[in-house]
Parts: sequence; structure tokens; C-alpha cells
Amino acid sequence: MGCVYALIAAGLSLIFGLMEVVNFAHGEFLMLAMYVAFFAWALARLDPLVSLPLAALALAALGWATYHGLIRRVLGGPMLAQIFATFGLAVFLRSGAQFLWGVDFRTIKEPLLSGRLSVGGVFVGLPQLAASVLALGAFLGLYLFLSRSETGLALQATAQDRQAAALMGIDTDRMFALGWAIGSACVGVAGGLLAMFFYIFPEVGGAFALLAYVTVALGGFGNVPATLAAGVIVGLTEVVAGLVITPAMKYAVVFLLYLAVVLWRPQGLFGRF
Amino acid sequence: MKRAVLLLLFLAALAFPVVFTLPFPRHVMIMIFLYGALAVAWNILAGYCGQISLGHAVFFGIGAYTSTLLVAKGQLTPWLGMAAGAALAVLVSQLIGYPVFRLRGHYFAIATIAVGEIVQTLVINWDWAGGARGLFVPIKRPDSVVNFQFHQSKAVYYYIALGLLLLALAVTRWLERSRHGYYFRAIREDQDAAASLGVHVAREKHRAIAVSAALTALGGTFYAQYVFFIDPESVFPLSLSILICLIAVLGGVGTLWGPVLGAAVLVPLSEGTRVWLGGTGKALDLLIYGGLIMVIATLQPAGLMGLARRFRRAP
Repeated sequence: MGCVYALIAAGLSLIFGLMEVVNFAHGEFLMLAMYVAFFAWALARLDPLVSLPLAALALAALGWATYHGLIRRVLGGPMLAQIFATFGLAVFLRSGAQFLWGVDFRTIKEPLLSGRLSVGGVFVGLPQLAASVLALGAFLGLYLFLSRSETGLALQATAQDRQAAALMGIDTDRMFALGWAIGSACVGVAGGLLAMFFYIFPEVGGAFALLAYVTVALGGFGNVPATLAAGVIVGLTEVVAGLVITPAMKYAVVFLLYLAVVLWRPQGLFGRF
Repeated sequence: MKRAVLLLLFLAALAFPVVFTLPFPRHVMIMIFLYGALAVAWNILAGYCGQISLGHAVFFGIGAYTSTLLVAKGQLTPWLGMAAGAALAVLVSQLIGYPVFRLRGHYFAIATIAVGEIVQTLVINWDWAGGARGLFVPIKRPDSVVNFQFHQSKAVYYYIALGLLLLALAVTRWLERSRHGYYFRAIREDQDAAASLGVHVAREKHRAIAVSAALTALGGTFYAQYVFFIDPESVFPLSLSILICLIAVLGGVGTLWGPVLGAAVLVPLSEGTRVWLGGTGKALDLLIYGGLIMVIATLQPAGLMGLARRFRRAP
């Protein structure tokens, strides 16, 4: 789970690092990605593993459209306007999903991967394992893209100083749109992976989005590798707390951990102000 | 001129229940006053002091739970519970403030969300206080002011809610002109500059959250006595925290009348769409609501007060 959390959070972190906008509709993006996976399965019998690129592409398009339709208009506005633009989008998407598809819980039956694996006496669900491995793979891909490719470097430059980047001939507007597309594609992949073993319903994004915010803030905003570490920490804390204390309290423990870390390092574990 | 308008508005508010005797218009007005009061309280911390909290439902829930527990388990009048709830909310706000006020901007907002989720989870798992099932306020007849229960007519609730709103406005007005109000605004504009000029930043932030929390808790008690049933999902949710600031943002953050204006627009809208379009299970009301928020955020980020100000400047 930690790796999936990290992937969800990475998209958020990328967008924030680029333009200091927190996407409060992130959980709803995840929900939509899960529905894409579901309908690919229900209508065309495509397994979530196969339709993964489709979910990523669909979400990238959504992210791109969100940037052009909504975010660009509030970019110069106060922080509150940005919060509410994305929050309004979240309400809109969630109730839109409810309007179109109802509130029923849906699951994908008979996925390609099922059953579990015994590793030294510890049982690991195969879909979960595949999800972590693929999430790690996607993460590696994202990291390499950001640090090696020219476009990735241009993205980082824009994140550091958008005016200087613009002076160097980087089209910052295009970079922002690209950042939204890539950040949303991360969620698309995460949603496709989650759809393999999680219920799909309009409200599903909420819990994941909250964890994503905490993960991002724990790692430090805008720092993609740190987000991976934070995601793993959050995932592990959740499991350990569920085992040692009680499953009902596991999220409270995760949030408490975040507050404790923040007391000690206000900018997150690896962040800079 | 301005005074005359305010006086007229006040008289109209006083006379409203006399003219409209049906429950629904009164209910809408009560909700406007309640959410208006909550938004005004939130505005003290967020609008004047610049600390955007997304966890104010914590204080609302504390107000609701304290009074209800005291009524249900201790047979105390809700009025005492109201005071106790406000006192407890102030105490909790100071504890919360210690970690979260070290943070700035988005980090602060997310930390307040985390606090809200922790408190909600704790209450859900607190069996003595009803857990996830919630609590009923024991019904007592006949209606009486001591019991804070009025089953015959909503008129008394109406005046209590109006009183809450006026109290919140009066406190804000007083703060606006006091030294602390200036400190708050200095912190909002530039925390470091304020500190370098000798403003005790941490202490002033704690003051702002204390006032804001106490007023929010009063609203929570009122809600419990008005609805007679509370559970963690209805008084502690993140969506309530966000609704409170949404109202203030719609009206105009950091202004005295902005939050009231926001409530006067948003509450009838949400109650109206809920009554006419809700109940179909299709969430059409929320669809419109979400779309509207986006439109407001893109077109008028300064809120309705910004619009009014521009209108005044134009001629």
C-alpha cells in the first residue's frame, strides 16, 4: 500500500512543487481512474493491468483540461481561491460520478492476478504485490524522466524559478500544463492498480486524498523522491498501528505521526522552505 | 446612511418571524444565522490573522458533544453545557495551536485537516459518548428556555441564532479596532516583519484561535439543541470545516460583513437545491454546488465584498 500511496502523493507533490497549488480534487481524480479501469473491464473485458495505460492517458487528459479550464484562471489569485477552485472541482466530480453511476460499491471480479503468496510465513496478496512493484516502477520512470530528460529538467527549472525559466526560453505555460498531465497520469496509474483489489465508489477518493496530503507534507512539498520515502512510512505506520493498537485507529495514528514529525521539522522530513 | 441601513436590516431581522410563520423560511433564516456566525468566527482566525484553518469542525463538534453529554449524562441545562463547551474548545484550541502554529501556508492547512481527522476518529471510537452511533438529546416537555428546547415553534431558535450571529459580529468589530486586531492583521500580511516589530506572534495566534474556537463551539451547542441528534459524521466532518470557510470566502475574507453575506447567499442556495433537487439520490444539488464554487473561485476570488467594493468605486 505504501508504494501506491507514494504514487498518488507523487502526482500531488509534482503539481505543488511546480506551481504551489494544492489539488484538492486529487482523490476524485483517483476515483475517476478507478472507474476507467472498472468500465474497461465491464465493457471490454480488459483487466486493470492491461488498461493501465488507458487510465493514465485518460487522467493525463483530465489534468491537462483542468489546468487549461480552471487552474490557469486562478493562478494569479490568492491561495484561498486556488483551494476553492480545486475543492469545487472535487465536489463536482464526486457528485457527477454519483449522478452518472450511482452510489453502489463495484468490484472487478476475476482479475488476472488473484490469490496470495507466502513469503517466509507472511501472506502477501498477489494483486497487492503487483501493485507495489508496478507503482515502484512508475515511480522510477517518473524520477528518471524528471532528472534525465530535457523536458523533465525544464519542468524542474520552472519549479525553481518560473521567471528565470521563462527567460531561458522555456514555455512555462506549457510546462504547467505538462505538470498537471503527468501528475494526473500518476494518479491514473495508481487508480488502475488500486482497482484490482479495492471497492470502487464515488467517495473512494476522500480517504486516499487525505493520506496523500499527509504523505506529501510529511516528505516535504515538491520533493518527489522524498514523497516515496514518506509514502512507505505512511503505509508501514498504518499496518503496524492496525496490528498493534486497533484497525479502527490506524488513520489517527498516521495523522498523529505527521503532527509529531511536523513539530520536530516543520518543513517535512526532507523538505526545504 | 450606513447606520440607517444597518438599523433597518436589524429591525427586518427582528420582525421576520412575525411575518413568516411557516417553518421552512424560518429554518432557512436560522441556518443563515448559524453558518454566518460560524463563518464570522472562522474569519477571525483566517481572515484577520491569516491562518487558514480547515479543521474548525473540531470546535463545532466539541460544543455539540459537551453540552449533549452534560444534558444526557448529567442532567445539566444546555446553557451551562454551552459555556462548558466553549471553555473546552478554548483549551483544546490552545493544545492544537502549539504544534500547528509553527507551520505556514499549505502546511498549516493540511495540519489542521489532520487534527480534524484525529479528533473525529477518536470520537467515533469513544463508546461512552455514543461512538459512531451518535447521541440523542433527551426530549423534555413542555418547551422551556432552561431546557433549551422548543418544539412548538422555531421562533425562539430564530432569536437565539440571531443573537449568536450578533455576538460573533460584535466580537469581530471589537477586535477590528483593538490593538490585537492590528497585531492579527500584521501577522497576516507578513509574519516575520510583525515579529521584528515586536509583535508576539505565537501569543497573538493563540489569542485569535481561542476567540474563534469559543464562538464556533457556541454554534455547535446550538446545532445540537436544534437538531436533537448528533454523531461524529454530522458535527466533526471535514466537509463542515470546508463549508465554513467556503461561506467566508464567498462573502469576502477579512471583512466584517463578508461572512454574513456569504451565508445569506450560499445557505438559501444549498437549502433550496437540497429541497427541490435533493432526495433523488442523484446528488444533483451537490453537482450544481460544486460547479458554482468553481465559477466563484475563478471569476471573483475576492468574494462578494470585493464585487461590492468595485461597484462602489466605479461611478
